[in-house]
Order: sequence, then C-alpha cells, then structure tokens
Amino acid sequence: MSRHRVKAVSYDEDDYDEYDEDDDGYDSQDPEEKEFLEECTREVLSQLAAGVPSVSASRGEAQEALWHYYNDVEKSVNYLRGKKTKETGKKKPTAALTAKPKGITGKETLFCVSRLVCFVSSYPLPPTTVSSHPSHFPAAQFFRDSPWLNIPAHRKADILVEQLYPRLGLLGGAPEGGGGKMSKLAALAAARKKEGDKTPTSPTTAIDKAQPSASEYKGAPLSLRERLAGSGKQARPSEDSPSLPGLGKGPRCGHPLSQKRTSLEPKTPTPAAVTEPDASARGEQTHDQEKPPTVNVRAPPSTFAATIIGVDTRSKMTELSHLYTNTLDLIRIYGQDLAEPFDFAGPSPDDVVLNAQSSAKGFKSKQPASKPQGDKKDQASLTGDMDSLGLAEKIHVKSKNLDVLSEYKKFKRKNAMNFVVIGHVDAGKSTLMGRLLADLKAVDQRALDKYRREAEKIGKGSFALAWVLDQGSEERARGVTIDIAMSKFETENTIFTIVDSPGHRDFVPNMIAGASQADFAVLVIDSSIGNYESGLKGQTKEHALLVRSMGVQRIIVAVNKMDTVQWDKDRFEEIEQQVSAFLTTAGFQAKNISFVPCSGISGDNVTRRSEDLNVSWYAGGTLIDELEATEPYLHALDKPLRMTIGDVFRGGIQQPLSVSGRIDSGSLQIGDQILTMPSGETATIRSLEVDGGPTEWAVAGQNVVLNLANIDPIHLRSGDVVCHASAPIPNITSFSCKVLAFDHLLPSMVDIHRGRLHVPGRITRLTAILDKGSGNVLKKKPKIVPPGAVARLVVEMDHAVPLEAPTRIVLRAGGDTVAAGLLERT
Amino acid sequence: MRLVKNKIEYNGGGSVTLIPEEPEDMWHAYNLIVPGDLLYATALRRVTTTAATGSTSSQRVRLTLEIRVKNLDFDPQNSQLHVSGQIVNETQHTKVGQHHTLDLELNRQFTLEKGSGPNSEGSGWDSVAVEALKDAVDEGGNRRAEAVAVVMQEGLAHICFIGQFRTILKQKVEMSVPRKRAGGSDHDKTMTKFYQTTLDTLLRHLEFNTSSTSMSTTDPVRPVLLASPGFTAASFQKHIQSVANTSTPALKRLLPSIVVVHSASGHLHSLTEVLQSPTVKALLSDTKHARETKLMDDFSTELRKETNKATYGPREVEHAVDQGAVGRGGGVLIISNRLFRSQDVAERKKWVALVDRVRDTEGGEVRVLSSEHESGKRLDGLGGIAALLTFPINDEDVGEDSE
Repeated sequence: MSRHRVKAVSYDEDDYDEYDEDDDGYDSQDPEEKEFLEECTREVLSQLAAGVPSVSASRGEAQEALWHYYNDVEKSVNYLRGKKTKETGKKKPTAALTAKPKGITGKETLFCVSRLVCFVSSYPLPPTTVSSHPSHFPAAQFFRDSPWLNIPAHRKADILVEQLYPRLGLLGGAPEGGGGKMSKLAALAAARKKEGDKTPTSPTTAIDKAQPSASEYKGAPLSLRERLAGSGKQARPSEDSPSLPGLGKGPRCGHPLSQKRTSLEPKTPTPAAVTEPDASARGEQTHDQEKPPTVNVRAPPSTFAATIIGVDTRSKMTELSHLYTNTLDLIRIYGQDLAEPFDFAGPSPDDVVLNAQSSAKGFKSKQPASKPQGDKKDQASLTGDMDSLGLAEKIHVKSKNLDVLSEYKKFKRKNAMNFVVIGHVDAGKSTLMGRLLADLKAVDQRALDKYRREAEKIGKGSFALAWVLDQGSEERARGVTIDIAMSKFETENTIFTIVDSPGHRDFVPNMIAGASQADFAVLVIDSSIGNYESGLKGQTKEHALLVRSMGVQRIIVAVNKMDTVQWDKDRFEEIEQQVSAFLTTAGFQAKNISFVPCSGISGDNVTRRSEDLNVSWYAGGTLIDELEATEPYLHALDKPLRMTIGDVFRGGIQQPLSVSGRIDSGSLQIGDQILTMPSGETATIRSLEVDGGPTEWAVAGQNVVLNLANIDPIHLRSGDVVCHASAPIPNITSFSCKVLAFDHLLPSMVDIHRGRLHVPGRITRLTAILDKGSGNVLKKKPKIVPPGAVARLVVEMDHAVPLEAPTRIVLRAGGDTVAAGLLERT
Repeated sequence: MRLVKNKIEYNGGGSVTLIPEEPEDMWHAYNLIVPGDLLYATALRRVTTTAATGSTSSQRVRLTLEIRVKNLDFDPQNSQLHVSGQIVNETQHTKVGQHHTLDLELNRQFTLEKGSGPNSEGSGWDSVAVEALKDAVDEGGNRRAEAVAVVMQEGLAHICFIGQFRTILKQKVEMSVPRKRAGGSDHDKTMTKFYQTTLDTLLRHLEFNTSSTSMSTTDPVRPVLLASPGFTAASFQKHIQSVANTSTPALKRLLPSIVVVHSASGHLHSLTEVLQSPTVKALLSDTKHARETKLMDDFSTELRKETNKATYGPREVEHAVDQGAVGRGGGVLIISNRLFRSQDVAERKKWVALVDRVRDTEGGEVRVLSSEHESGKRLDGLGGIAALLTFPINDEDVGEDSE
C-alpha cells in the first residue's frame, strides 16, 4: 500500500483506506484467493461426503461455511455436517442464514450490513438461494434489472433493522432453542398456553394445518411478549416455537417473516398484555375463537398505511413494538371505528348523509342504481337553494314571444318623428321650442307661469320659455343649454319628438348625440344684426355640417328673432340666400331645405300665422306646417337590434335601473335578454316605454325607455350599445373610415363620436385622398389632408369600442370637428 | 439625479455613477441605459442553496451585481425601472452568465458603463447620451416646474402630474351621470358625488394633508389646473370651495393654487390645449414642455400651409436631411427620444448619426422631445420624427418608393 508511506496522510484517512481495501477484498477476490477457496471447497465437500453421517452440501454452502470459518476446513465440515443433520430432520431445508459464526471480529459491522442486504434482497426468494451467496450479493446488483420505482411485487421486501439484542431478553425470554433456561414467567405462560390448548373450543386442526408453514418462521427468536400474546392463539404458528430449535443463534438476524408473524395482534392492548398476562390471555382466547387462523405471506403495509386502512392488516405488520402499541392505544382510547377495515363497497359517508337527507325529504333513493339520480336531484335542489339565498334575486320576466314586426304592421298609429334643433348659441333654439310646446298645450299654463316667475326672480325673464326644456339647475342659472333635452308633442297625424341640443361649442358632443337620434333637423338662425354673422361663422355652420354627415336629409331653417329686425324681407332673403348656398355645398338638396321667418319669443309664425302687418310679404307656412310636411322616415326594422344608450338613470322605486335611447335598428319586446356592449353583460327587459307610454314591444326609430333587471348599473354607461346576444355588435380597437375633412388632417389625437359614444383615439394613417364624386384614389399616403377633401383614414382607439360598419362617425380635435364620415371597415 | 462620478472618456467609453433622487430620475435612467451597457448596482437576489442532504433553502441576499443590459422595462405610472441582463461579475452567490433583473431604487447609486470602439456591444457615450445625461443631472437646478392637472368633463376626470419631462396619468375617475330630466334631481346629486370622488382622488395623489393641524404648515402646494369644456371645472372649483368652507378647512390652503382653464373635452389629449392656454403658460414659465408644445404647433402650422417646408416620418426626414434642407437658417429636426431607446443598437446608432449630422455638419437645430409628454405623443403619432425645412422639398417620390 503505497498510501501508507505518505506521511502527510492523516490517521483517519489511513483507516479509511484500510476499510476500503477490505471492502474491495470482500467484493472481489483476487485469483489467488479464489484458487485457495476452490481448493478448500473441494476438501470440505469431499470430507462431508466421506464422513459419517454422510451429507451432501452444495458448493455454495461449503464456500460460505469456509468463509465464515476463515477457510478452516475442519470447522466448516463440522458445521455443515451439524447443519445438514438437523435439516434432514425438517421438511424444509433452512439456509445457513441464521448460522452465524461467533467469531466475527473487525468486520462485524460490515458483515452485518451485508447480511442485511442479503435479507432484503433475498426475500421472498427461497432462502437457499440466498444463503448460498450471502455475502457476494450486493443490493445494487440485485436491483440492476428492476425498474426504478416500479419494482415487481415479488422483488419487494421490507428492510428490517436488526436488533442488537434478543427482543425483551431482559425479561427472561431466552430462546428455548438457544439452550437458555426458560424464565419463570415464560414457563408460566407456556403452562397457560398448554391449558388453552386443551380447551375444547380451540380448533386444534388449525395447528396441524399451520404446522408446515410454521417451519418458515422458526428461525426467529421470540420475545416474551410475543409469546405472551401468542399464548392464547392456538392458530398461531409461533406458539410452536418452543418446540423449535433456535436456529436463530445469531440474535441479530430476525427473519422478516417470523417477525411479521410474531408481531402483536392489534386488538390486544399491549400494556395490558404485559402487566396482566392472565386477563389478556383470556381475552385473547375468546377473541381468537371467532377468528380462523390464516397464514399471510403478503408483504405488510407500512405503519402509515396500516394506520389509515385499519387494524386488520396491521396485525401482519412488522414494526417496533413500542411504536406500534402507541398507535394502537390511541385508537383504543378514542374508541373510533377506524380499526375497521374499509372496503369501498359500501356507501361513502357523504352518501350516507345525503341518503339520510333525501330520505328525510321523502326520497327513496337508497338503491345504488337510483343513487346517482338522487344525488343529481339533491345537487340541483342545493344549487337552487343557493341561488335563492343570493343577494340579487334573479328576476324572471316572461317573454310573450311576439312577432314584433307583424305586430307593428297590425298596429296603426300616428307617424312618429324625431327632429333635432340646432343652431348657434343664443339663437333662441330652446325658446322657440318652448314656444312651440306652450302653444300646442304640451306644457300647461301653470307650469309656464311658474317658470316665468322664477326666471324673472333671477332676472332672466326672457328665458322663461327656454326653461320648459332646460331643466338642469346649471342650465337655468347660466341661461344656456348644456345637454340635449327631449320633449314630445302631437299634431293631428304625427307625434314629434323634439331633441333640443346645446349651441355652445363646448357641448357639441351632446349635440352630436342629439343629432344621431334625429330624422330631420330644424336649424335656428338668429336674424338680428351681428348675431347672424357671428353665428354663421360659429356653430351654425358646424352644426349643419354635422347633421348632414350624421345622415340627416331634410332641414328646416327657422329664421328666428325676426321681430328684432321688424320682419325685414330683405334681411330674410339675404339670410335665405346665404344659408341655402351654404347648405347646398354641405350636401343638402334644395328641395329638402325650407325657410320660415319666425319669432320664438312672440310666437309669430310658429304655430300661428303672424298678424303683424310687416309679415304680409311671407306666403309660406308656419314652422309647424313645415314640420308636418316632412315625410316620415323609414327605419331598418328587420336588421339586428342596435340601440345606443342615451342615458342611464333610476326610473323610480319600481324601476331601479332604466336606460333610454332610440332604437337604431331591429326590434325588442318585454322579456328579451339583451347584451350591452362593450361590457358584454346581459340584462333582461322588465318593461319598456315608448314615447312615455308602456308597451310590450318597440321597433327601430322609436324612443324607448327600457327598465332592466339582472344587471349591475356599473356595466351601463351612456354610449353603450344594446343588442341581442344572437347578433352582437363587435368591440373593436381600430377601423378604417372614409371622411370629409373639415380641417387639416394629420396623424394625431382625435375624439371619436358616434351618437352618445365619445371616446379618445388617434389617426394613425392617412391612407389616401379620394375623389369626391367617384371615390377614386387621387393620392396615396398623403402627408396631410386639406380641408374639404375626402380621405380614407385608419383610426385606432385605446379601448375596445362597440362599432360596426357602416356607421357614421365624427372626429373632433381641440374642440373642433375635424372630419366626419362613414366607418367602412373594422 | 445626482452625478457622483464621471469617468466618461474621450473615445466615448467610460462610466458614470448616479443617484436617482426622485421618480422622474427613473425616466432619465430609462433614457440613458441602452441594451449592451454595463450596469452596476445593488440588488436583492434570492439565492437557493442545496445542502448535501438534498434539502434546499432559499434566502434573499443583497448583492452588488454588474449586468450586461439586455432589456429595459419602465413602468411610467409608478416610475419604476427594471433592467434585465446577464451577470458579468462573479460573486459568492452568482455565476457569470446568470440572468438578473435589477430594479433601480431611489437614493441608491448605480454605475452605468458604456463601451466604445468597434468591438463593443453598446453605442458608447454618443452626443445624445451625453445630452440625456445633462438633462438628467439638471446642472442648472431650474427644475420644479411641476403642476397637477385635472382634465374633466361630466362623469370623467383624468388626474395627471405634469413634470418637466413627462406627464403621468395618475388616475382616471369615471362615473355614470344620469342626464337631466324633468322633476329629477339625480343629475345634480350624481354630479356632487362625482366632484367629491374626484376631489378625494386628487387629494390622495397630492398626498395633501387634510387634517386641521396642517393649516400651519407651509408646504408649497403645486399649482392645480382644472380643465374642462363648459362649466364642469368651474363647478368643481366651487365644490372644493364649499367643502373647504364646511367640512375640511385645511383645503383652504389648496384654493389659491387652483387655476381653471378651458379644454375641449375631458379626454387626456386635451391636456395639450390646457398647456397652451395663456394662464398655464404664465404659470409654468419656460419649461421644456412649453417649448416643445410651441415647436409642435409651429410644425403643424407649417405643414398646414402646404408649402412643403415641413415633413415628418423617418424616411421623409432622412430624405430631407440628405437634400440638405435641415440646415442653417431655420432647419429644425424634431425627434422623439423613443427612437433612441430602440432595442436595436444599430438603429439607435442610425438616429444618433442623423442628429450629429444635422447639428454638426448641417448646422441645423435638433430638439429631442420626451415621448412621455403630450407634444412627444403628438410627435410619436407622426412616426417619432419630423423636420422643419429651410426650403421646400417635394418628397412625392419618397412616398411612392414605399409602395
């Protein structure tokens, strides 16, 4: 050993080296040794065969014996002979397993380990094969062909920790076969056992039956307790152990099977067994009479498994007894039925409970066949119960499933039309409409007087008529319309809905919302000197362009405040000429434009012909005549439902959540499930109102109030779109559109308006400038789009918005309308 | 940002050590650090150790790591910068080549090293990087042109902080407001609720102390701009006044700093209009922002004139520079710093070269706009780069090339 010469090597390392070397020698013998061993083996075998009595031993046995006796041929022969003689007396040859030589010295530990490995690997192979090469059989080799974690059952075994001392040997339990004297206690127990044997109830036959197998277990040293426990059990093979010669001279090698058999009977409280052997023994007797003896050669479950599964299997368990008794005691103490083996054939505890419940309810679902059904019913009823417990009670509205379109055809009612009132701020829009409503008795005189009083109180007497429509406190205080106001009145054959829109430039978004609901428009122009001119530059123009691009065809121009210019005909004609020229360029056809000189404040030419002599030059109709002359507008009734929500509000205690708006296309009825976009939430129409009166259905073109149920108001915002789930409107983030530019267009931030919908977005690409008439591409990818040109743009939005082609949209930036047009492609 | 150590070398290499002191400094750091740089900073790293028995334990260790930057992630809302890359220095707990994401923290110094030379990965301290560093370090100390703006309309309010280099949308308040209707007071009630919610949110973001004891404190209050179409902002101001008079007297401190301005809508991009209003211009005198806004306005006016003396888009501007139109006598190159943050080093080099060329060779003016500002966003809409030209260029052919 060269390493021994190295001075620097520490002592420990030396030791380790030696150890290593030994190990090597143990594992693989060098040829010399092998030769010697071979020689000795031959010698032993021949001596065995020659001697008296002549015995035959296998080469392996001989070699092993030689190994144990350090190649001492004589000792080996003696040993083998003794062994073989004993074996011949038995039915089964026992291996030299337990024949442990006493003279194990320095290699003791290692040897034990190797033995242990042998046990592990050998079981349940026939012991002979094991014993033939007990020390030359490393575990790794054995497991070489075994798949990892998937060891075949026959290869499985328990690793047993060998005990250094005989079990409970201190209590006097020396193994009988070992030549030791029986302790008094053990003798007493044996005596009792014999008595037990004599009891007539004991199945003696079982002993015989068990006899052959008993030989398997004889190698084990028996502890006192085991013997005590077994004393009452006639069936137990271990009770024969006193008659067996203790082959287990080596107390370290407990045979796995024997240990298994000698473990405690689970139902025996072990402490009791130790302290009161008598009582326990008697108890065992009675107990065992019920149990036929079984021989179980199966591998035992682990402690954990045994704890879970129950005691029946635990009886076969191999475990250190002190641990074992503890678990047992616990089970005893808590007195639970855990000890019962659990076969999964019976109903589960849950099923038992459910069955009990259902039987209590009157169901008879005990039969296994009908059980699943019963379960389902139960679940259904449970979920039903849960639903009914919910905070928000689901409201079921029964739909009448009307064919709305045929109902609509049957139903004959007056034409209904919406018109939007537009014009520059302070043109007198609200006042004119207030006058219209007042004169048509749509507002009662009392309310009108009240408005007048209140308006005069704050010094704004001239606004009294406007207050009919301007209901907001801020609107009244400031004398300006902020949001659209809707009001309806009837003539002989038409129901009109006024959408009064604000004229101030800041509220153009609201005006767009109003214009999107209109069939035609009334443009109010302030004819007074100066105001007309400023109006034309201001919102008069913008509004007219907007309503045209929103799809409004017909426009009635009410030249208001004619009384301030003494009904000057020239003034009227000047305005008519200028405005009609402008409107024509904006795209209105001349036949769809009509002019009415009127005065909102005095009511001349609004509903009645003016009696003023100055107006005698005017031969045309009044404003109301012009309104009535308008052709009704046709709506897309058979298209999918689309309705832009104009307002979300609380309709009252009965109607906690209502939305209003105008149906753009399609129809709806009470009980319909509707989908609101972009939230994608569903709601049920509980009831609905058309033009203030309750109905059962509504069609496109009507102004409706939907009273909704089963939706949280946070999902509803004005500008959202109501549709049916069968034909939902998509939520999009970018689209391509064809627009008429009102201003220079650059890729920039814009607000996108569609009715109430009002979202930020940006022009990302200027695709092309188009020819106004033909729509052909004039210039691709322009740098800038000049005002008045028609261009195709790509617009993107930050959030998904319910839009679909074709839709009219308006683009605004910095408070000005920059473009309006048609959404072509999403 | 405080400059602790400056070791920039003439060849464009070298390192600087900086301490970010306020959230906006993270934005500067974001503009300074480009992929390929070496970043040296402290980091918290979770180190997992495997014992001999196979059990693992992990603990957080504060390490000083040096990484080769691969990727940057900037969270504008919280002003947090996460820089990921591969570790180049070996420590007790890390190996070279492991990945780590450094989270730069306020008041913790970091060292940024940029390589130079042909074989280095980074782009070095080019003129744009040095400019960005100057901006970041703020040598003049004329910072603090900060304001809070509430851009609102009925049922919608955007609360944003306007800094010198960027505008941060802090919160959006949205509420469904019922329309006016006869006999109903829901509209007014909901509007009051909306104002109150907006005020609460605003105070929370201002970290405004509303306790009565705070009356005596002399903390400067930043100007608060209330902008809306119509009367919403004015009503909101009135609401704040009434709250100050009734329940929360501490709000009186806030009242003098409130300015009501007009905006076209309550959407965030109306902020441009707010910042252009004369009152606000007077308030935030000569900030970078005001200059940038003016520049963008000039540009769009020029574009509207259709004299072909203004152009935008990467290809068009390069073409114009090639023609020599962005030079002495009014040529201005407007470029968004988004372009310099490109993950592709070659692309950054391209833009830096363009900037250097315009500034040094052509003699034109170069303005780098912050992409986090409204004007920068406008510029980004135009492709991130635009130019005012000294003579008209017809770049029809450039546009056609791309077809």
